[in-house]
Amino acid sequence: MKSPGKTIPEPYEDTKPFWQACKQHRLVVPKCNTCGKLFFYPRAQCPHCMGTDLSWPEVSGKGKIYSYSIVHTPFRWGAWKDDIPYVVALIDLREGVRMLSNLVECDHNIVRVGMDVKVFFDDITDEISLPRFRPIT
Amino acid sequence: MNILDQVAIVGVGDTPVGNLPGIPTVQLQSWAAKLALEDAGLKKEQVDGLIAFGGYDEPVVMYGTRMAEYLGLRPNFTAQVDVGGVLTPLTSLMNAAVAISMGLCRVVLCTFGENTLTYKTPKYRGTRSEHSQGTEEFEEPFGAISIITSYALIAQRHMYEYGTTSKQLGHVAVSARKHASMNPNAQMKTPITIEDHQKSRMISSPLRMLDCSLITDGAGAFVVTSKEMARDLKKPPISLLGFGIKNTHRIVSQFPSLKEIGIKEAASKAFTMAGLRLKDVDVAEIHDAFTISVILALEGLGFCGEGEGGKYAAEGKLELGNPIPVNTHGGLLSHGHVGGIFHLTEAVKQLRGECGIRQVPNAKIALVSGNGGVFSLCGVSLLGRV
Repeated sequence: MKSPGKTIPEPYEDTKPFWQACKQHRLVVPKCNTCGKLFFYPRAQCPHCMGTDLSWPEVSGKGKIYSYSIVHTPFRWGAWKDDIPYVVALIDLREGVRMLSNLVECDHNIVRVGMDVKVFFDDITDEISLPRFRPIT
Repeated sequence: MNILDQVAIVGVGDTPVGNLPGIPTVQLQSWAAKLALEDAGLKKEQVDGLIAFGGYDEPVVMYGTRMAEYLGLRPNFTAQVDVGGVLTPLTSLMNAAVAISMGLCRVVLCTFGENTLTYKTPKYRGTRSEHSQGTEEFEEPFGAISIITSYALIAQRHMYEYGTTSKQLGHVAVSARKHASMNPNAQMKTPITIEDHQKSRMISSPLRMLDCSLITDGAGAFVVTSKEMARDLKKPPISLLGFGIKNTHRIVSQFPSLKEIGIKEAASKAFTMAGLRLKDVDVAEIHDAFTISVILALEGLGFCGEGEGGKYAAEGKLELGNPIPVNTHGGLLSHGHVGGIFHLTEAVKQLRGECGIRQVPNAKIALVSGNGGVFSLCGVSLLGRV
């Protein structure tokens, strides 16, 4: 049974390199050394060619908003109640993969699909830093 | 031997929906099972195949065998199917056909339902707290903790690419409610207007309360036999004419693009299998967990062109009286969610002429379509009274 509270990532072996880099405030994306493609979310096997020889290059941290939603309701057990309203966004990184994160430090009236954003890191626990995004001004 | 000849839906049963506290899912489903068998004119002893799914209120291992035990059955074929939404019953229908055609069984009972509204632990009411959605590491930590937000992201993208408006989404909700007002079993029967929709609380932009389906308690069931056996039963058998599925992803951050979701491909396969086209369809029951679900389905199924789903809905074309009315029972939006089983049972009732004031005159071909997850798996089936 999940305890009430915000979900904290619990890295497995296949995702640890990603979260270790986040702890160091570096955004990395898994790359398959067999076919050369990047992919996200991290997993032990390349979803393109099933290759298992991976590297974790650091990316620019820059991207564009593919879509967003401003959350107005405290879902589930209200762990996010104090953050309402907050922005969830799908971000297309320049390097060609997409990730879901938050857009912060942005007036909600001007959030737009296509907006340019850049990553920063939020140290939420001693073990985990979350990559979040803010607009590039 | 054409496998489709092994399929006839000969009985359907729906429980009432709404607030049914203290009744576990197995009990709700056994209630629906009894109604379906009575509808078919079959005895429980004749059932030798079972496919069941318990919904998402409580994680249960081997739900199919659990349901068989609860019902006092000893089937020769038992399965559990979970692919999301109305695709679960539709895939079960396909599996029933395969089991019958292999000679494993002759009468397959399929049951679906859930106790999501008044789930036994009030603390987790209406939530799917114990299941892994696959979102725990890369979506939930960012506050994307509801399927509503996942669909909202898709709705927002649709608005960006095609200029779809919230009011156009509202038309989907308004027409569903209009149909629900003609359905004695529907949970929400009071008609609503576009103004009501616009005033309803914003949940996760751009989706408002009235853009979202109703979490509810309830269950539905259907009985499948071969066409040969169906000939001796009391009600007109309903055939499966065509079926198609495409699965592209699972969680919203892996969503391919609006153009690449599987509806179009699934529809093409189903229509080809049936030797039919959209214009041959008399009534359509389209999975409407959210208003945007219908908009995208209309486009993928060929009711209208790419990006024109909002316009189609706003022109009132979903309503009874139009060539292909949509969600004649009120859909998930107004009848109740319950995994979408009621789309299938409604289609069967329409084809049999049992729908009273919401009957589509002379309905011979029904389309039942939908998706599981976040358009993760899309499927289309064509049913007919032939």
